[in-house]
Amino acid sequence: MLTRVAQILLAARPCYAMIAIVDYKAGNLTSVARALEHLGHPCEVTDRPERVRAADRAILPGVGAAGATMENLRALGLDQVLRDDVVRAGKPFLGICIGIQVLLDRSEEDDASCLGIVAGRVVRFPAALDGRPLKVPQIGWNRVRQTRPHRVFRGVPDNTHFYFVNSYYPIPEDPALVIATSDHGVPFCAAIARDNVIATQFHLEKSGAAGLRLLDNFCRMKI
Amino acid sequence: MIAKRIIPCLDVRAGKVTKGVQFLDNADVGDPVAMARYYYEQGADELVFYDITASNEQRGIMIDVVRAVAREIFIPFSVGGGLRTLEDMRAVLLAGAEKVSIDSGAVRDPSLIAAGARAFGSQCVVLSMQVKRTGRIGLPSGHEVIVDGGRTPTGRDALQWAREGERLGAGELCINSIDADGTKAGYDLGITRMIADEVGIPVIASGGAGEPRHLLDAFTTGGADAAIVASIVHYGECTIPDLKRYLRASGVEIREAIHLDSRDKQELERSAT
Repeated sequence: MLTRVAQILLAARPCYAMIAIVDYKAGNLTSVARALEHLGHPCEVTDRPERVRAADRAILPGVGAAGATMENLRALGLDQVLRDDVVRAGKPFLGICIGIQVLLDRSEEDDASCLGIVAGRVVRFPAALDGRPLKVPQIGWNRVRQTRPHRVFRGVPDNTHFYFVNSYYPIPEDPALVIATSDHGVPFCAAIARDNVIATQFHLEKSGAAGLRLLDNFCRMKI
Repeated sequence: MIAKRIIPCLDVRAGKVTKGVQFLDNADVGDPVAMARYYYEQGADELVFYDITASNEQRGIMIDVVRAVAREIFIPFSVGGGLRTLEDMRAVLLAGAEKVSIDSGAVRDPSLIAAGARAFGSQCVVLSMQVKRTGRIGLPSGHEVIVDGGRTPTGRDALQWAREGERLGAGELCINSIDADGTKAGYDLGITRMIADEVGIPVIASGGAGEPRHLLDAFTTGGADAAIVASIVHYGECTIPDLKRYLRASGVEIREAIHLDSRDKQELERSAT
């Protein structure tokens, strides 16, 4: 009952602006949409450049391979829109999982040339560590250390577990952009932030209350 | 370090959970969505639903259940039972499941594993295997793969099938011991360990949990990355927080589910008006 009251309250709030969930024809995008609906944020799953351009903020979610994701983004004309009409225009942008990886210049996966919004590269976890095989992809809940305070983490304790599914991880050239790290055999960058750009390697939409809180923080973030 | 996962399992027939949870409100007993929400709020790390429906028209009901669950819980969940084709898998994933669990269908047609991994990614494909101890010659692991809900022996060696599943692209393996299932005497640690040592993908122990100690054994001696729980939590002997407290105290890396505290909720409601 209480949750229902909260949901009604959330739904009745003055509608802000629309959030575009960028559909690049791969992965399960509906889970991010369902999480935003649950939080009461109006959103639209779209592959149309003009809809992304018209939105007030954009989320690039999903599971997928870097090469195919970039091919699809380019074919749909979305790479340009994300670079110019979202990121350069100063609109809040959130990348999740593959959505953090394609922000960098290049990925070892498919040797893909990516969006280049953040200088750096994406590398694969080592297959073995000290002679012991490392499970790749990592699938499961891992602790996220908040290495730099950021408002997107508001209300979320340090070292909270988030849900990861990844074989690769980003290495931004500027270490100051890293706001959180995690550990899978090696320490790796789990989240980055630069002005209006936020991105996480973990799945906010599958990380329980903590993930929902981060999503909600992003949706309320004013630049 | 990745936390060990506790995964409650719900058997669903014609849209109802077959074993009710005794401590939910009477009206909610048997409602898979209410049970999913309950375990989600309790801090389960993942959920699995087995559709034990026989007929095709009832499959549609399961898809509706998946859709309703996906609107309410924000952790991964998988759906298994009777998935035989790529289209079966696609329907479940589109309805909002994170993963599919394939079992007898994959034994009959191993290419289903590769096709699923190609279409949706390995992380979506859990190969679930029913295994049974056997004295049969030519099965090096001493365990045979059984299909059709534990009824039909296949002559396949459990360890070889696990390796084959990994090679074909399964993202995780669920080892369900027919011998241990329902005994509440603990997971089959031997075969779980044997497989966990041989593959590079996560291994889920299933069948036999009757007390918290059994989960600890699965994660340590059994080498499992995750453990399925059913009656131990359904009948109120233990709650998920009980199990997690015990495992954490025993030194196992376990996820602590966070809740928004009341101050946060008030703050959210204020800013909503």
